[in-house]
Amino acid sequence: MNAMNMNQGMRQGLHGLRQPAPSGLLPRVGERLGLVEGYVELEGPIGPLFVAFGPSGILLVDRADDAGAFEEEFRVTFGRPLRRLAAAPPRVLRAVDAYVWGRAARRGPAPVDLGHLPDFERQVLIKTLEIPRGEVRPYAWVAAEIGRPRAVRAVGNALARNPIPFVIPCHRVVRSDGHIGQYGAGGPESKRAVLRAEGIDTDELERLPTAGVRFIGSDTTRIFCYPTCRNARRVTDRHRIALRSVDDARRAGHRPCKVCRPVDAPSRAA
Amino acid sequence: MCYSSVCMDLAERLSQDLDGNFLELVAAHQDLVYGVALRVVGRPADAEDVAQETFIKAHRALSRYPQLRVRELRLRPWLARIALNQARNAIRARRDSAELDAESTLASRAADGPVLLAERREEGRFWLSLLEAVPHRYRLAVALRHVEGLSYHELAEALDRPLGTVKSDVHRGVSLLRAAYEAELRRQPKLEAVG
Repeated sequence: MNAMNMNQGMRQGLHGLRQPAPSGLLPRVGERLGLVEGYVELEGPIGPLFVAFGPSGILLVDRADDAGAFEEEFRVTFGRPLRRLAAAPPRVLRAVDAYVWGRAARRGPAPVDLGHLPDFERQVLIKTLEIPRGEVRPYAWVAAEIGRPRAVRAVGNALARNPIPFVIPCHRVVRSDGHIGQYGAGGPESKRAVLRAEGIDTDELERLPTAGVRFIGSDTTRIFCYPTCRNARRVTDRHRIALRSVDDARRAGHRPCKVCRPVDAPSRAA
Repeated sequence: MCYSSVCMDLAERLSQDLDGNFLELVAAHQDLVYGVALRVVGRPADAEDVAQETFIKAHRALSRYPQLRVRELRLRPWLARIALNQARNAIRARRDSAELDAESTLASRAADGPVLLAERREEGRFWLSLLEAVPHRYRLAVALRHVEGLSYHELAEALDRPLGTVKSDVHRGVSLLRAAYEAELRRQPKLEAVG
């Protein structure tokens, strides 16, 4: 049809009107959607945070003290420079809202990119993402959950190197013996502060194990939990039973909670 | 329709990892999206805004569609259709703010464009003015078919019209364009060199 209708001149003339997209279009779309790498400063539970992200999710988080040091840390870790962006793309805001503040529902896979880490560290961090806001779990729990029950110390080391604190809540992992444990993003005092900001009574948290209390059971349900498990917190004082170990609990006729899946620390470890 | 293996593959990959593949979609189709926008809104700066919004819309849509729908999507006509809608919205908004009508003449459109060789600009302006003389309904069909290179199937999908209607619109538009072109040739025979 066109062969009859259009001659070569028209064809070329019309074709010549085609113009390529401006070179700035692709980077601007990428930036608006948060699909290029960059970092922004956002509010955090104990002060502002730097949040670095790429197309596959959040890559690095730290407390916002020194932009130069943060950029350098990124460069050393990933071998490329990082640009500061004026505004956070919506997907990063949503991720921080959901994972740091608990203000939005979590949807889909976790918005973190841990591709550069060894398997073990990645498993530890992914498992840690499951610990709900307002609750804590011992290092031994993370180790048991990923099928390496004796690797408690290695779990501690992996969490100490957590590249994405606050989003991956390494502050919610504490020692079984009541010590709050180390914290990469500012030491034990910061760890207490973050936990308190999430509504945890850290004095109580540290007092219980020193008093020999590791688990809380209920004499009506005969189920035992970690003390901060939402199911333990529902047990009224009248029915609360303090338990020192899994054996202790089993002897009293309790079964472990299916939500917090409590385990003993291996005898050697923390 | 997008039957090429590259496109099929991209839709498939988008259905599995949207964010990991989305910029590839932008890179592959930005010329088409920008071109469609430019055909409707005229000014390059506006067309770039429309193209940006088109991709933001597309990303939002893809993140909500079920995986199966994304995998089966014909990306080119789908993007062209979003671009057309965005461009029409932009025109409406511009008309509402009623500030730019006087400016949106052909001369300013061509002058706004990237710097071309003087000759090419001259030629572009010539074809643009011929195209502008074609009634709107046919003009868009001709431009999308013969400037942006959409197939008839893609055009039907992008414009949401039956295939036969789209074909006859293009045909009619080309006839009108050809008549105008030949009239121009008769008036200024030296244009033969241009065309």
